[in-house]
Amino acid sequence: MSSSPAHALHPKEHEAPKVAAEPPPAAAAVREPATVAIIARWYRLNKGRLRAALIGAVSLVAFLVVWHLLTKYRVVFFVRFTNVPSPLDVYNSSTKAMRDPKFLMHVLLSCRRIIFGFALASLIAVPLGLIMGRFKLIHEVVFPVSEVLRPIPAIAWVPMAIMLWPTNEQSIVFITFLGSFFPILVNTLHGMALVDPVLVRAARCLGARETSIFREVYFPASLPHIFTGLTVGMGVAWVSLIAAEMISGQYGIGYFTWEAYSLVQYADIALGMIAIGVLGLTSSLLIRSAGRLAMPWGRT
Amino acid sequence: MSVIEATAAAGRIEVKNFALSYETIDGSVAAVTDTQIYVKPGEFVSIVGPSGCGKSTLLNAVAGFLKPTAGMVTVDGEEVKSPSAERGMVFQQYSLFPWKTVRENVEFGLKMRGMDRSRRERAARTLLGLAGLEAFEKHYPDRLSGGMKQRVGIVRALATGPKVLLLDEPFGALDAQTRVIMQQILTNMWQRLKISVLFVTHDIDEAIFLSDRVYCMTARPGSIKAEIPIPLERPRQQSMMMSSEFLALRRGLMSLIREESLKAMGGEISDQGLQGLNINLHGQSLADVL
Repeated sequence: MSSSPAHALHPKEHEAPKVAAEPPPAAAAVREPATVAIIARWYRLNKGRLRAALIGAVSLVAFLVVWHLLTKYRVVFFVRFTNVPSPLDVYNSSTKAMRDPKFLMHVLLSCRRIIFGFALASLIAVPLGLIMGRFKLIHEVVFPVSEVLRPIPAIAWVPMAIMLWPTNEQSIVFITFLGSFFPILVNTLHGMALVDPVLVRAARCLGARETSIFREVYFPASLPHIFTGLTVGMGVAWVSLIAAEMISGQYGIGYFTWEAYSLVQYADIALGMIAIGVLGLTSSLLIRSAGRLAMPWGRT
Repeated sequence: MSVIEATAAAGRIEVKNFALSYETIDGSVAAVTDTQIYVKPGEFVSIVGPSGCGKSTLLNAVAGFLKPTAGMVTVDGEEVKSPSAERGMVFQQYSLFPWKTVRENVEFGLKMRGMDRSRRERAARTLLGLAGLEAFEKHYPDRLSGGMKQRVGIVRALATGPKVLLLDEPFGALDAQTRVIMQQILTNMWQRLKISVLFVTHDIDEAIFLSDRVYCMTARPGSIKAEIPIPLERPRQQSMMMSSEFLALRRGLMSLIREESLKAMGGEISDQGLQGLNINLHGQSLADVL
Protein backbone atom coordinates (compact mmCIF):
# COMPACT_ATOMS: atom_id res chain seq x y z
CA MET A 1 0.00 0.00 0.00
CA SER A 2 1.57 3.29 -1.02
CA SER A 3 1.36 6.02 1.57
CA SER A 4 -0.45 8.79 -0.25
CA PRO A 5 -3.65 6.93 -1.16
CA ALA A 6 -3.76 5.58 2.39
CA HIS A 7 -3.76 9.12 3.71
CA ALA A 8 -6.60 10.01 1.43
CA LEU A 9 -8.62 7.01 2.52
CA HIS A 10 -8.40 7.19 6.28
CA PRO A 11 -10.88 9.95 7.01
CA LYS A 12 -13.46 8.34 4.79
CA GLU A 13 -12.98 4.97 6.41
CA HIS A 14 -13.79 6.49 9.77
CA GLU A 15 -16.56 8.65 8.49
CA ALA A 16 -18.65 6.19 6.58
CA PRO A 17 -19.68 3.83 9.41
CA LYS A 18 -20.24 6.72 11.84
CA VAL A 19 -22.62 8.52 9.55
CA ALA A 20 -24.39 5.34 8.59
CA ALA A 21 -24.88 4.34 12.24
CA GLU A 22 -26.57 7.57 13.20
CA PRO A 23 -30.35 7.34 13.54
CA PRO A 24 -31.96 9.25 10.69
CA PRO A 25 -34.41 11.60 12.45
CA ALA A 26 -35.77 14.85 11.08
CA ALA A 27 -32.67 15.83 9.15
CA ALA A 28 -32.58 12.51 7.37
CA ALA A 29 -33.97 13.89 4.18
CA VAL A 30 -31.10 16.38 3.95
CA ARG A 31 -28.33 14.12 5.15
CA GLU A 32 -29.19 10.96 3.33
CA PRO A 33 -27.89 11.89 -0.11
CA ALA A 34 -24.53 12.89 1.43
CA THR A 35 -24.36 9.64 3.39
CA VAL A 36 -25.14 7.62 0.35
CA ALA A 37 -22.56 9.54 -1.63
CA ILE A 38 -19.92 8.93 1.02
CA ILE A 39 -20.68 5.23 1.19
CA ALA A 40 -20.65 5.02 -2.57
CA ARG A 41 -17.32 6.78 -2.71
CA TRP A 42 -15.86 4.61 0.03
CA TYR A 43 -17.03 1.58 -1.90
CA ARG A 44 -15.48 2.82 -5.13
CA LEU A 45 -12.16 3.59 -3.49
CA ASN A 46 -11.98 0.26 -1.62
CA LYS A 47 -13.48 -1.93 -4.31
CA GLY A 48 -10.21 -3.73 -4.96
CA ARG A 49 -9.59 -4.50 -1.31
CA LEU A 50 -13.17 -5.61 -0.66
CA ARG A 51 -12.98 -7.88 -3.66
CA ALA A 52 -9.71 -9.42 -2.47
CA ALA A 53 -11.08 -9.96 1.05
CA LEU A 54 -14.24 -11.55 -0.29
CA ILE A 55 -12.45 -13.89 -2.67
CA GLY A 56 -9.95 -14.75 0.08
CA ALA A 57 -12.74 -15.70 2.47
CA VAL A 58 -14.50 -17.79 -0.17
CA SER A 59 -11.28 -19.58 -0.99
CA LEU A 60 -10.59 -20.41 2.67
CA VAL A 61 -14.12 -21.77 3.11
CA ALA A 62 -13.72 -23.83 -0.07
CA PHE A 63 -10.46 -25.24 1.31
CA LEU A 64 -12.22 -26.34 4.52
CA VAL A 65 -15.10 -27.87 2.56
CA VAL A 66 -12.75 -29.85 0.33
CA TRP A 67 -10.79 -30.99 3.37
CA HIS A 68 -14.06 -32.00 5.07
CA LEU A 69 -15.30 -33.95 2.05
CA LEU A 70 -11.98 -35.70 1.49
CA THR A 71 -11.89 -36.93 5.09
CA LYS A 72 -15.59 -37.64 5.38
CA TYR A 73 -15.52 -40.05 2.43
CA ARG A 74 -12.02 -41.31 3.32
CA VAL A 75 -10.86 -40.75 -0.22
CA VAL A 76 -7.99 -42.89 -1.44
CA PHE A 77 -6.63 -41.62 -4.73
CA PHE A 78 -2.83 -41.99 -4.71
CA VAL A 79 -2.97 -40.04 -1.44
CA ARG A 80 -4.74 -41.74 1.45
CA PHE A 81 -7.13 -39.69 3.52
CA THR A 82 -8.18 -42.73 5.57
CA ASN A 83 -6.62 -41.58 8.86
CA VAL A 84 -6.55 -37.85 8.19
CA PRO A 85 -8.56 -35.93 10.82
CA SER A 86 -11.50 -33.88 9.62
CA PRO A 87 -11.67 -30.10 10.20
CA LEU A 88 -14.24 -30.69 12.91
CA ASP A 89 -11.98 -33.19 14.72
CA VAL A 90 -9.20 -30.61 14.66
CA TYR A 91 -11.52 -27.91 15.92
CA ASN A 92 -12.63 -30.12 18.82
CA SER A 93 -9.11 -31.00 19.79
CA SER A 94 -8.07 -27.36 19.56
CA THR A 95 -10.77 -26.24 22.01
CA LYS A 96 -9.58 -28.97 24.34
CA ALA A 97 -5.96 -27.98 23.88
CA MET A 98 -6.68 -24.31 24.60
CA ARG A 99 -7.69 -25.31 28.11
CA ASP A 100 -4.79 -27.75 28.48
CA PRO A 101 -1.80 -26.14 30.23
CA LYS A 102 0.50 -28.75 28.72
CA PHE A 103 -0.27 -27.63 25.17
CA LEU A 104 0.23 -24.00 26.09
CA MET A 105 3.54 -24.93 27.67
CA HIS A 106 4.65 -26.56 24.40
CA VAL A 107 3.75 -23.37 22.54
CA LEU A 108 5.43 -21.06 25.04
CA LEU A 109 8.60 -23.14 25.09
CA SER A 110 8.88 -23.02 21.31
CA CYS A 111 8.31 -19.26 21.40
CA ARG A 112 11.02 -18.86 24.01
CA ARG A 113 13.50 -20.83 21.90
CA ILE A 114 12.66 -18.71 18.88
CA ILE A 115 13.05 -15.48 20.82
CA PHE A 116 16.45 -16.48 22.25
CA GLY A 117 17.82 -17.99 19.06
CA PHE A 118 16.52 -15.25 16.79
CA ALA A 119 17.48 -12.39 19.09
CA LEU A 120 20.99 -13.77 19.45
CA ALA A 121 21.30 -14.20 15.67
CA SER A 122 20.11 -10.63 15.00
CA LEU A 123 22.33 -9.15 17.68
CA ILE A 124 25.39 -10.81 16.17
CA ALA A 125 24.61 -10.95 12.45
CA VAL A 126 23.45 -7.35 11.95
CA PRO A 127 26.47 -5.63 13.57
CA LEU A 128 28.81 -8.18 11.98
CA GLY A 129 27.30 -7.51 8.56
CA LEU A 130 27.56 -3.75 9.04
CA ILE A 131 31.19 -3.99 10.13
CA MET A 132 32.06 -6.41 7.34
CA GLY A 133 30.47 -4.05 4.86
CA ARG A 134 32.55 -1.15 6.11
CA PHE A 135 35.94 -2.73 6.88
CA LYS A 136 37.52 -4.68 4.09
CA LEU A 137 39.89 -6.66 6.29
CA ILE A 138 37.09 -8.02 8.47
CA HIS A 139 35.14 -8.92 5.35
CA GLU A 140 38.17 -10.72 3.91
CA VAL A 141 38.66 -12.68 7.14
CA VAL A 142 35.06 -13.58 7.96
CA PHE A 143 33.48 -14.01 4.54
CA PRO A 144 35.25 -17.24 3.43
CA VAL A 145 34.38 -18.98 6.70
CA SER A 146 30.78 -17.85 6.49
CA GLU A 147 30.54 -18.99 2.87
CA VAL A 148 31.75 -22.48 3.83
CA LEU A 149 29.35 -22.80 6.76
CA ARG A 150 26.36 -21.14 5.11
CA PRO A 151 25.21 -23.97 2.80
CA ILE A 152 25.05 -26.44 5.71
CA PRO A 153 21.38 -26.63 6.73
CA ALA A 154 20.80 -25.97 10.40
CA ILE A 155 19.27 -29.44 10.82
CA ALA A 156 22.57 -31.02 9.76
CA TRP A 157 24.05 -29.38 12.84
CA VAL A 158 21.85 -31.36 15.23
CA PRO A 159 24.38 -34.10 16.15
CA MET A 160 27.18 -31.55 16.41
CA ALA A 161 24.99 -29.25 18.50
CA ILE A 162 24.22 -32.08 20.94
CA MET A 163 27.96 -32.66 21.33
CA LEU A 164 28.75 -28.97 21.67
CA TRP A 165 26.18 -27.92 24.24
CA PRO A 166 25.67 -29.39 27.70
CA THR A 167 21.87 -29.28 27.66
CA ASN A 168 19.25 -30.20 25.12
CA GLU A 169 17.65 -26.78 25.49
CA GLN A 170 20.87 -25.00 24.58
CA SER A 171 21.45 -27.13 21.50
CA ILE A 172 17.93 -26.45 20.22
CA VAL A 173 18.38 -22.70 20.70
CA PHE A 174 21.72 -23.02 18.92
CA ILE A 175 20.04 -24.71 15.92
CA THR A 176 17.45 -21.93 15.80
CA PHE A 177 20.23 -19.36 16.01
CA LEU A 178 22.12 -20.97 13.12
CA GLY A 179 19.00 -21.09 10.98
CA SER A 180 18.38 -17.37 11.20
CA PHE A 181 22.01 -16.21 11.40
CA PHE A 182 23.05 -16.56 7.76
CA PRO A 183 20.00 -15.02 6.08
CA ILE A 184 20.37 -11.99 8.34
CA LEU A 185 24.12 -11.71 7.74
CA VAL A 186 23.88 -12.11 3.98
CA ASN A 187 21.08 -9.54 3.62
CA THR A 188 22.84 -7.03 5.85
CA LEU A 189 25.98 -7.40 3.71
CA HIS A 190 23.88 -6.98 0.59
CA GLY A 191 22.33 -3.81 2.02
CA MET A 192 25.75 -2.40 2.82
CA ALA A 193 27.01 -3.17 -0.68
CA LEU A 194 24.09 -1.30 -2.24
CA VAL A 195 24.48 1.95 -0.28
CA ASP A 196 24.46 4.77 -2.83
CA PRO A 197 28.02 6.19 -2.88
CA VAL A 198 26.65 9.61 -3.83
CA LEU A 199 24.85 9.76 -0.48
CA VAL A 200 28.12 9.00 1.27
CA ARG A 201 29.78 11.78 -0.69
CA ALA A 202 26.94 14.15 0.13
CA ALA A 203 27.39 13.39 3.83
CA ARG A 204 31.15 13.89 3.61
CA CYS A 205 30.91 17.32 2.03
CA LEU A 206 28.44 18.32 4.72
CA GLY A 207 31.19 17.67 7.24
CA ALA A 208 30.29 14.13 8.40
CA ARG A 209 33.10 11.96 9.79
CA GLU A 210 33.43 8.15 9.72
CA THR A 211 31.19 7.34 12.70
CA SER A 212 28.53 9.82 11.66
CA ILE A 213 28.52 8.47 8.11
CA PHE A 214 28.08 4.97 9.51
CA ARG A 215 25.22 6.01 11.78
CA GLU A 216 23.49 8.50 9.48
CA VAL A 217 24.04 6.93 6.06
CA TYR A 218 25.20 3.31 5.98
CA PHE A 219 22.90 2.04 8.72
CA PRO A 220 19.60 3.62 7.61
CA ALA A 221 20.41 2.88 3.97
CA SER A 222 20.85 -0.81 4.80
CA LEU A 223 17.76 -1.05 7.00
CA PRO A 224 15.36 -2.25 4.28
CA HIS A 225 17.69 -5.13 3.49
CA ILE A 226 18.30 -5.83 7.16
CA PHE A 227 14.57 -6.23 7.62
CA THR A 228 14.36 -8.52 4.60
CA GLY A 229 17.05 -10.59 6.31
CA LEU A 230 15.14 -10.60 9.58
CA THR A 231 11.96 -11.77 7.86
CA VAL A 232 13.72 -14.56 5.99
CA GLY A 233 15.74 -15.40 9.11
CA MET A 234 12.59 -15.71 11.17
CA GLY A 235 11.13 -18.15 8.66
CA VAL A 236 14.25 -20.32 8.66
CA ALA A 237 14.40 -20.11 12.47
CA TRP A 238 10.98 -21.77 12.69
CA VAL A 239 11.92 -24.43 10.13
CA SER A 240 15.07 -25.25 12.06
CA LEU A 241 13.35 -25.15 15.44
CA ILE A 242 10.57 -27.54 14.46
CA ALA A 243 13.03 -29.99 12.91
CA ALA A 244 15.28 -29.83 15.97
CA GLU A 245 12.33 -30.36 18.30
CA MET A 246 11.13 -33.35 16.32
CA ILE A 247 14.56 -34.94 16.44
CA SER A 248 15.86 -34.19 19.89
CA GLY A 249 13.27 -32.30 21.87
CA GLN A 250 11.19 -33.19 24.84
CA TYR A 251 8.95 -30.18 24.69
CA GLY A 252 7.86 -27.67 22.11
CA ILE A 253 5.26 -27.52 19.39
CA GLY A 254 7.40 -29.55 16.98
CA TYR A 255 7.73 -32.28 19.59
CA PHE A 256 3.98 -32.07 20.25
CA THR A 257 3.24 -32.67 16.57
CA TRP A 258 5.60 -35.63 16.34
CA GLU A 259 4.37 -37.09 19.65
CA ALA A 260 0.77 -36.91 18.38
CA TYR A 261 1.77 -39.18 15.51
CA SER A 262 3.46 -41.68 17.85
CA LEU A 263 0.46 -41.67 20.18
CA VAL A 264 -2.00 -42.09 17.28
CA GLN A 265 -3.74 -38.81 18.12
CA TYR A 266 -4.22 -37.81 14.54
CA ALA A 267 -6.27 -34.67 15.18
CA ASP A 268 -3.35 -33.30 17.21
CA ILE A 269 -1.01 -33.65 14.22
CA ALA A 270 -3.09 -31.15 12.25
CA LEU A 271 -3.52 -29.01 15.36
CA GLY A 272 0.26 -28.87 15.82
CA MET A 273 0.74 -27.97 12.16
CA ILE A 274 -1.83 -25.20 12.30
CA ALA A 275 -0.31 -23.86 15.52
CA ILE A 276 3.10 -23.73 13.84
CA GLY A 277 1.58 -21.90 10.89
CA VAL A 278 -0.14 -19.35 13.10
CA LEU A 279 3.03 -18.77 15.14
CA GLY A 280 5.13 -18.33 12.00
CA LEU A 281 2.62 -15.90 10.51
CA THR A 282 2.40 -13.90 13.73
CA SER A 283 6.16 -13.57 14.07
CA SER A 284 6.61 -12.42 10.49
CA LEU A 285 3.80 -9.87 10.95
CA LEU A 286 5.56 -8.61 14.08
CA ILE A 287 8.79 -8.13 12.16
CA ARG A 288 7.01 -6.38 9.34
CA SER A 289 5.35 -3.90 11.70
CA ALA A 290 8.67 -3.34 13.49
CA GLY A 291 10.13 -2.58 10.07
CA ARG A 292 7.40 -0.08 9.35
CA LEU A 293 8.06 1.64 12.68
CA ALA A 294 11.81 1.71 12.08
CA MET A 295 11.49 3.03 8.52
CA PRO A 296 8.74 5.65 8.43
CA TRP A 297 10.12 6.94 5.14
CA GLY A 298 9.46 3.68 3.30
CA ARG A 299 6.68 3.13 0.85
CA THR A 300 5.53 -0.23 2.20
CA MET B 1 19.74 34.05 7.87
CA SER B 2 22.27 34.80 10.59
CA VAL B 3 23.87 31.42 10.00
CA ILE B 4 24.92 32.26 6.52
CA GLU B 5 25.52 35.97 6.38
CA ALA B 6 28.92 35.75 8.01
CA THR B 7 30.45 33.91 5.09
CA ALA B 8 30.63 36.62 2.44
CA ALA B 9 33.81 38.12 1.03
CA ALA B 10 35.88 34.92 1.06
CA GLY B 11 35.90 31.94 -1.25
CA ARG B 12 38.58 32.32 -3.88
CA ILE B 13 39.05 29.05 -5.75
CA GLU B 14 42.30 28.46 -7.59
CA VAL B 15 43.19 25.44 -9.68
CA LYS B 16 46.83 25.51 -10.81
CA ASN B 17 48.69 23.27 -13.29
CA PHE B 18 46.04 20.71 -12.59
CA ALA B 19 46.10 17.21 -14.08
CA LEU B 20 44.27 14.06 -13.12
CA SER B 21 44.66 10.60 -14.58
CA TYR B 22 43.21 7.19 -13.79
CA GLU B 23 45.20 3.96 -13.57
CA THR B 24 43.86 1.23 -15.77
CA ILE B 25 45.23 -2.11 -16.93
CA ASP B 26 46.52 -0.44 -20.12
CA GLY B 27 48.36 2.23 -18.19
CA SER B 28 47.26 5.61 -17.00
CA VAL B 29 44.51 7.49 -18.82
CA ALA B 30 44.48 11.25 -18.58
CA ALA B 31 41.06 12.68 -17.70
CA VAL B 32 42.17 16.28 -17.27
CA THR B 33 45.50 17.83 -18.23
CA ASP B 34 47.22 21.16 -17.74
CA THR B 35 44.28 23.11 -16.42
CA GLN B 36 44.19 26.47 -14.66
CA ILE B 37 41.00 28.05 -13.49
CA TYR B 38 40.03 30.48 -10.78
CA VAL B 39 36.88 31.83 -9.23
CA LYS B 40 37.00 35.21 -7.55
CA PRO B 41 35.13 35.70 -4.26
CA GLY B 42 31.45 36.10 -5.02
CA GLU B 43 31.85 35.24 -8.68
CA PHE B 44 29.60 32.87 -10.61
CA VAL B 45 31.67 30.71 -12.97
CA SER B 46 30.50 27.87 -15.19
CA ILE B 47 32.40 25.08 -16.88
CA VAL B 48 30.96 23.74 -20.11
CA GLY B 49 32.33 21.10 -22.40
CA PRO B 50 31.44 18.02 -24.41
CA SER B 51 30.33 14.99 -22.41
CA GLY B 52 33.20 13.02 -20.94
CA CYS B 53 35.58 15.97 -21.05
CA GLY B 54 36.38 15.77 -17.35
CA LYS B 55 34.40 18.77 -16.15
CA SER B 56 32.81 16.74 -13.36
CA THR B 57 36.22 15.28 -12.52
CA LEU B 58 37.55 18.78 -12.10
CA LEU B 59 34.62 19.75 -9.88
CA ASN B 60 35.06 16.63 -7.74
CA ALA B 61 38.71 17.55 -7.26
CA VAL B 62 37.70 21.01 -6.07
CA ALA B 63 35.24 19.34 -3.67
CA GLY B 64 38.09 17.18 -2.36
CA PHE B 65 36.79 13.79 -3.51
CA LEU B 66 39.58 13.27 -6.04
CA LYS B 67 43.26 13.99 -5.62
CA PRO B 68 45.01 15.71 -8.52
CA THR B 69 47.85 13.78 -10.13
CA ALA B 70 49.66 17.05 -10.64
CA GLY B 71 49.10 20.62 -9.56
CA MET B 72 46.83 21.70 -6.77
CA VAL B 73 43.49 23.12 -5.80
CA THR B 74 43.28 25.88 -3.21
CA VAL B 75 40.41 27.75 -1.61
CA ASP B 76 41.46 31.05 -0.04
CA GLY B 77 45.07 29.90 -0.33
CA GLU B 78 44.52 26.68 1.58
CA GLU B 79 45.10 23.42 -0.26
CA VAL B 80 42.06 21.20 -0.68
CA LYS B 81 42.83 17.74 0.67
CA SER B 82 39.46 16.24 1.59
CA PRO B 83 35.78 17.14 1.43
CA SER B 84 34.61 19.72 3.90
CA ALA B 85 31.50 21.66 4.76
CA GLU B 86 33.33 24.80 3.58
CA ARG B 87 32.66 23.66 0.04
CA GLY B 88 28.98 22.93 -0.37
CA MET B 89 28.09 20.55 -3.17
CA VAL B 90 24.90 20.00 -5.13
CA PHE B 91 24.55 16.81 -7.17
CA GLN B 92 22.59 16.04 -10.29
CA GLN B 93 20.89 13.07 -8.60
CA TYR B 94 19.70 15.34 -5.71
CA SER B 95 21.21 12.84 -3.25
CA LEU B 96 18.90 13.78 -0.41
CA PHE B 97 18.86 11.27 2.45
CA PRO B 98 15.60 9.38 1.88
CA TRP B 99 15.31 8.47 5.57
CA LYS B 100 15.40 12.09 6.68
CA THR B 101 12.62 14.61 6.33
CA VAL B 102 13.22 17.76 4.33
CA ARG B 103 14.11 19.68 7.48
CA GLU B 104 16.38 16.92 8.80
CA ASN B 105 18.19 16.92 5.47
CA VAL B 106 18.78 20.66 5.71
CA GLU B 107 19.87 20.31 9.35
CA PHE B 108 22.41 17.59 8.56
CA GLY B 109 25.46 19.79 8.12
CA LEU B 110 24.65 21.77 11.25
CA LYS B 111 24.14 18.56 13.21
CA MET B 112 27.55 17.33 12.05
CA ARG B 113 29.00 20.57 13.36
CA GLY B 114 27.48 19.85 16.76
CA MET B 115 24.88 22.60 16.81
CA ASP B 116 22.13 21.87 19.33
CA ARG B 117 18.73 20.75 18.18
CA SER B 118 16.64 23.85 18.72
CA ARG B 119 19.13 26.20 17.09
CA ARG B 120 19.58 24.05 14.02
CA GLU B 121 15.83 23.57 13.74
CA ARG B 122 15.38 27.32 13.67
CA ALA B 123 18.16 27.77 11.11
CA ALA B 124 16.71 25.07 8.88
CA ARG B 125 13.24 26.63 9.05
CA THR B 126 14.60 30.02 8.04
CA LEU B 127 16.48 28.58 5.08
CA LEU B 128 13.50 26.50 3.96
CA GLY B 129 11.41 29.63 4.14
CA LEU B 130 13.80 31.41 1.78
CA ALA B 131 13.38 28.58 -0.71
CA GLY B 132 9.59 28.52 -0.30
CA LEU B 133 9.66 25.05 1.21
CA GLU B 134 8.47 25.65 4.77
CA ALA B 135 5.23 23.78 4.11
CA PHE B 136 7.19 20.66 3.24
CA GLU B 137 9.62 20.51 6.17
CA LYS B 138 8.11 17.28 7.51
CA HIS B 139 7.87 15.51 4.15
CA TYR B 140 10.23 12.74 3.13
CA PRO B 141 12.09 13.46 -0.11
CA ASP B 142 10.31 10.80 -2.17
CA ARG B 143 7.10 12.81 -1.86
CA LEU B 144 8.69 15.85 -3.55
CA SER B 145 8.98 16.78 -7.21
CA GLY B 146 12.40 16.98 -8.85
CA GLY B 147 12.52 20.76 -8.64
CA MET B 148 11.62 20.73 -4.95
CA LYS B 149 14.20 18.04 -4.25
CA GLN B 150 16.90 20.11 -5.86
CA ARG B 151 15.84 23.20 -3.95
CA VAL B 152 16.28 21.17 -0.76
CA GLY B 153 19.66 20.01 -2.10
CA ILE B 154 20.81 23.59 -2.62
CA VAL B 155 19.48 24.76 0.74
CA ARG B 156 21.16 21.81 2.46
CA ALA B 157 24.50 22.69 0.87
CA LEU B 158 24.12 26.35 1.90
CA ALA B 159 23.01 25.65 5.48
CA THR B 160 26.52 25.33 6.86
CA GLY B 161 27.50 28.69 5.38
CA PRO B 162 30.10 27.43 2.89
CA LYS B 163 32.54 29.79 1.20
CA VAL B 164 31.91 28.24 -2.18
CA LEU B 165 29.09 26.32 -3.77
CA LEU B 166 29.88 23.58 -6.28
CA LEU B 167 27.11 22.35 -8.54
CA ASP B 168 27.45 19.30 -10.79
CA GLU B 169 24.80 19.55 -13.54
CA PRO B 170 22.22 20.26 -10.86
CA PHE B 171 19.31 20.89 -13.22
CA GLY B 172 20.15 18.23 -15.80
CA ALA B 173 17.35 15.91 -14.69
CA LEU B 174 14.65 18.60 -14.58
CA ASP B 175 12.17 19.51 -17.30
CA ALA B 176 12.73 22.75 -19.22
CA GLN B 177 10.18 24.90 -17.34
CA THR B 178 11.36 23.81 -13.91
CA ARG B 179 14.95 24.36 -14.96
CA VAL B 180 14.25 28.02 -15.81
CA ILE B 181 12.63 28.56 -12.41
CA MET B 182 15.50 26.85 -10.62
CA GLN B 183 18.02 29.04 -12.44
CA GLN B 184 16.18 32.08 -11.18
CA ILE B 185 16.10 30.73 -7.62
CA LEU B 186 19.80 29.92 -7.72
CA THR B 187 20.62 33.40 -9.05
CA ASN B 188 18.58 35.01 -6.28
CA MET B 189 20.25 32.98 -3.56
CA TRP B 190 23.70 33.60 -5.00
CA GLN B 191 23.12 37.36 -5.12
CA ARG B 192 21.82 37.41 -1.57
CA LEU B 193 24.61 35.31 -0.10
CA LYS B 194 27.47 36.68 -2.24
CA ILE B 195 28.97 33.23 -2.33
CA SER B 196 31.41 31.98 -5.00
CA VAL B 197 29.85 29.46 -7.35
CA LEU B 198 31.45 26.89 -9.63
CA PHE B 199 28.80 25.42 -11.88
CA VAL B 200 29.26 22.48 -14.24
CA THR B 201 26.76 22.04 -17.05
CA HIS B 202 26.48 20.94 -20.63
CA ASP B 203 23.69 23.42 -21.27
CA ILE B 204 25.20 26.47 -22.97
CA ASP B 205 22.16 28.71 -22.46
CA GLU B 206 22.18 27.90 -18.78
CA ALA B 207 25.89 28.68 -18.49
CA ILE B 208 25.55 32.07 -20.23
CA PHE B 209 22.37 33.03 -18.41
CA LEU B 210 23.81 32.33 -14.96
CA SER B 211 27.51 33.13 -15.13
CA ASP B 212 29.94 35.99 -14.88
CA ARG B 213 32.47 33.87 -16.76
CA VAL B 214 32.34 30.59 -18.62
CA TYR B 215 35.21 28.15 -19.11
CA CYS B 216 34.94 25.93 -22.15
CA MET B 217 36.78 22.61 -21.95
CA THR B 218 38.33 20.52 -24.71
CA ALA B 219 37.43 16.92 -25.42
CA ARG B 220 39.14 14.25 -23.30
CA PRO B 221 41.72 14.66 -21.97
CA GLY B 222 40.09 17.86 -20.84
CA SER B 223 41.81 21.18 -20.55
CA ILE B 224 40.63 24.76 -20.82
CA LYS B 225 40.00 25.69 -24.43
CA ALA B 226 38.63 29.17 -23.83
CA GLU B 227 37.55 31.55 -21.10
CA ILE B 228 34.56 33.69 -22.01
CA PRO B 229 33.49 36.66 -19.89
CA ILE B 230 29.72 37.20 -19.91
CA PRO B 231 29.17 40.97 -19.80
CA LEU B 232 25.36 40.76 -19.67
CA GLU B 233 24.02 43.09 -17.01
CA ARG B 234 22.25 41.91 -13.90
CA PRO B 235 19.58 41.30 -12.82
CA ARG B 236 19.08 39.09 -15.82
CA GLN B 237 15.68 38.38 -17.26
CA GLN B 238 14.50 35.44 -19.26
CA SER B 239 13.82 37.81 -22.16
CA MET B 240 17.55 38.57 -22.46
CA MET B 241 18.02 35.14 -23.98
CA MET B 242 16.62 36.60 -27.21
CA SER B 243 18.96 39.61 -27.23
CA SER B 244 21.59 39.85 -29.92
CA GLU B 245 24.31 40.02 -27.26
CA PHE B 246 23.17 36.73 -25.74
CA LEU B 247 22.83 35.07 -29.12
CA ALA B 248 26.29 36.17 -30.13
CA LEU B 249 27.78 34.66 -26.99
CA ARG B 250 25.75 31.55 -27.56
CA ARG B 251 26.92 31.17 -31.13
CA GLY B 252 30.55 31.61 -30.08
CA LEU B 253 30.32 29.00 -27.35
CA MET B 254 28.38 26.63 -29.59
CA SER B 255 31.04 26.59 -32.23
CA LEU B 256 33.76 26.04 -29.64
CA ILE B 257 31.92 23.10 -28.16
CA ARG B 258 30.94 21.68 -31.51
CA GLU B 259 34.56 21.45 -32.52
CA GLU B 260 35.33 19.55 -29.36
CA SER B 261 32.27 17.30 -29.58
CA LEU B 262 33.28 16.32 -33.09
CA LYS B 263 36.78 15.54 -31.83
CA ALA B 264 35.30 13.48 -29.02
CA MET B 265 33.29 11.50 -31.51
CA GLY B 266 36.45 10.68 -33.42
CA GLY B 267 35.84 13.25 -36.14
CA GLU B 268 33.46 10.91 -37.95
CA ILE B 269 31.25 13.77 -39.00
CA SER B 270 33.07 16.52 -40.81
CA ASP B 271 31.92 20.11 -40.59
CA GLN B 272 31.85 20.36 -44.34
CA GLY B 273 29.51 17.41 -44.49
CA LEU B 274 27.08 19.15 -42.18
CA GLN B 275 27.17 22.39 -44.12
CA GLY B 276 26.66 20.50 -47.32
CA LEU B 277 23.37 19.16 -45.97
CA ASN B 278 21.94 22.67 -46.11
CA ILE B 279 18.65 21.89 -44.42
CA ASN B 280 16.48 24.89 -43.60
CA LEU B 281 15.08 25.32 -40.11
CA HIS B 282 13.03 28.47 -39.63
CA GLY B 283 15.01 30.17 -42.31
CA GLN B 284 18.43 29.17 -40.89
CA SER B 285 20.59 26.44 -42.27
CA LEU B 286 21.17 23.42 -40.06
CA ALA B 287 24.83 24.28 -39.81
CA ASP B 288 23.93 27.69 -38.38
CA VAL B 289 21.54 26.24 -35.89
CA LEU B 290 24.06 23.67 -34.78
